[in-house]
Amino acid sequence: MGTYIIRRLLQMIPVLLGATFLIYAMVFALPGDPTAGKCGERPCPAAYVAEFNREYNLNDPLLLRYVKYIGVWPQDRDGEQKFDGILQGNLGKNFNRYEVAEDLKQRYPVTAKLALVAISFEIIIGIAAGVLTGVRKGGFLDNLVLVSTLVVISIPIFVIGALAQYFLGVQLGWFKVTVSANAPFSELLLPGMVLGSLSIAYVSRLTRTNLVENLRADYVRTAIAKGLTKTRAVGLHALRNSLIPVVTFIGYDFGGLLGGAIVTERIFNIPGVGSYIYRGILNRDGMAVVGAVTVLVLVYLVVNLIVDLLYGVLDPRISHD
Amino acid sequence: MTEPAAEAASEQTAVNALDARGDVGEARSLWSDAWRSMRSNPMFWISSSMIMVFVIMSVFPSLFTSTDPAHAILERSRETPNADAWFGRNIQGYDIYARCIYGARASILVGLLTTLSVVLIGGTMGVIAGFRGGWVDSVLSRLGDVFFAIPLLLGAIIILVSLPQTTNYWFVIFKVVLALALLGWPSIARLMRSSVIQVKPNDYVQAARALGASPWRIIRSHILPNALAPVIVVSTINLGGYIAAEATLSFLGIGLQYPAISWGIDIDRAIVGLRTTPHMLLFPSLFLSMAVLAFILLGDVVRDALDPKNR
Repeated sequence: MGTYIIRRLLQMIPVLLGATFLIYAMVFALPGDPTAGKCGERPCPAAYVAEFNREYNLNDPLLLRYVKYIGVWPQDRDGEQKFDGILQGNLGKNFNRYEVAEDLKQRYPVTAKLALVAISFEIIIGIAAGVLTGVRKGGFLDNLVLVSTLVVISIPIFVIGALAQYFLGVQLGWFKVTVSANAPFSELLLPGMVLGSLSIAYVSRLTRTNLVENLRADYVRTAIAKGLTKTRAVGLHALRNSLIPVVTFIGYDFGGLLGGAIVTERIFNIPGVGSYIYRGILNRDGMAVVGAVTVLVLVYLVVNLIVDLLYGVLDPRISHD
Repeated sequence: MTEPAAEAASEQTAVNALDARGDVGEARSLWSDAWRSMRSNPMFWISSSMIMVFVIMSVFPSLFTSTDPAHAILERSRETPNADAWFGRNIQGYDIYARCIYGARASILVGLLTTLSVVLIGGTMGVIAGFRGGWVDSVLSRLGDVFFAIPLLLGAIIILVSLPQTTNYWFVIFKVVLALALLGWPSIARLMRSSVIQVKPNDYVQAARALGASPWRIIRSHILPNALAPVIVVSTINLGGYIAAEATLSFLGIGLQYPAISWGIDIDRAIVGLRTTPHMLLFPSLFLSMAVLAFILLGDVVRDALDPKNR
């Protein structure tokens, strides 16, 4: 187990480096002058531009800038050369001279809460619907859920978001339409449900398919023949074995969830990472985008490692030794 | 003399009986089996005819409407559905029906071209990684992981913004396809790699190799036909997802831009009128959802047909 985790963590390093370099290269290839509009309605003075370029290493070639950003190459900090990058725990300053790490400290908890609400909905509603339909295949409820998941899957998230905001928020007044700055859980319920809606549909279909398959398995028949109640046979034996693909899906889907957060946060005006990245891209703020995305990719990789470790919990036959 | 003749006759009847019982003697491939099961599934005909309609709509939009989708009558802005404009008019006074018809082109083009490129890039990478194994496999798999770790929508936004800006319709379509394909290929590559690895140790592949067949020939005529099924299923379902992604990018103002016609743009422009004139939102969303639904349904049907466990 220990060696497995270490091996996986080591494998993560090249992936993380590759992904961040890719993002870094693309973001700093963005056309447009980052100093545009920084000095009011006139071009910035040459001295300001020179200072700006020096501070953000914009005169260096891309690869050199990247290794400086990572922190394996010294860079000029107030006249002295020192290592000052991600490895030293410094995400740098964004183009408005605020610490990116400080910005992210405010925004990541909000997106984390949003993702948590979405994943809770996925797990609770998705798996419950999957179990209810899976045990009574072909019944009325089964068909109802199949059709409604198809409808949810085919409607894009921004339409669902706008509709939910209008009908549940404005018309019925059950939820608040926008989210306030500190984003309490109660206000994130609706956005979380919208963000998770697509995945809820997939999770319930996946649970159903796997449960139906496993209910036919010998060990379930044996369990029932042994005298176990149906609840116990389904819940403990069939469901647990059916959850592995579901957990895999939730792990892989985590990336999609973070991408979808850009749309959801825009619709509900949530001050999270998605809107931070979106604004960073539009403002040509390379440092902000790269910093936020680096953390995001790291979170994604760690989540997938946890998912792989969960396999062993769900199915003891899978061992990581 | 009579006895053998009787025996032969009874053998003949036995063979006939076997034939009459149906498909015992006949060898059928996975593909013809799948085709048989699809043919009898009404869902297959429904979804594929929906797709046909959308494809025709995107190639010959003038078959469905003679109204110019770029003809704005501002004084009739936000008009509700009527005999003149079947789906009503939007804020700019465009005919919504005509715009729904003309909007199909962007979605179908992006969906088909992205899927095609993803299958070509991902499939090639997956076959090479699975067939060669060793360090080639490790390098290609890690390369795939790098692209896989970037969320699709987020990466697509960054790629689209960093590519040269243009208003040329075809160039924008190409940019969207490029962005989605660049981030979408690893999932197909993984799938292809795992099915190639499953097929590779089979006896017929070893036999072909022993007979001296070239790697290209082994891949083309022995591995690919047996490893392609999961890729086809996932690609069909993903196609719907790419159509939704194109609309999302247009909605965010990063894909196609006004005055180009796309369902995503029209939905974005219609949301302000959700409270007063919901028909402006309803029709483009309906078209978009139907297109996504058609491909997802087809994917489901193909999966059921190709998976022997489901029969």
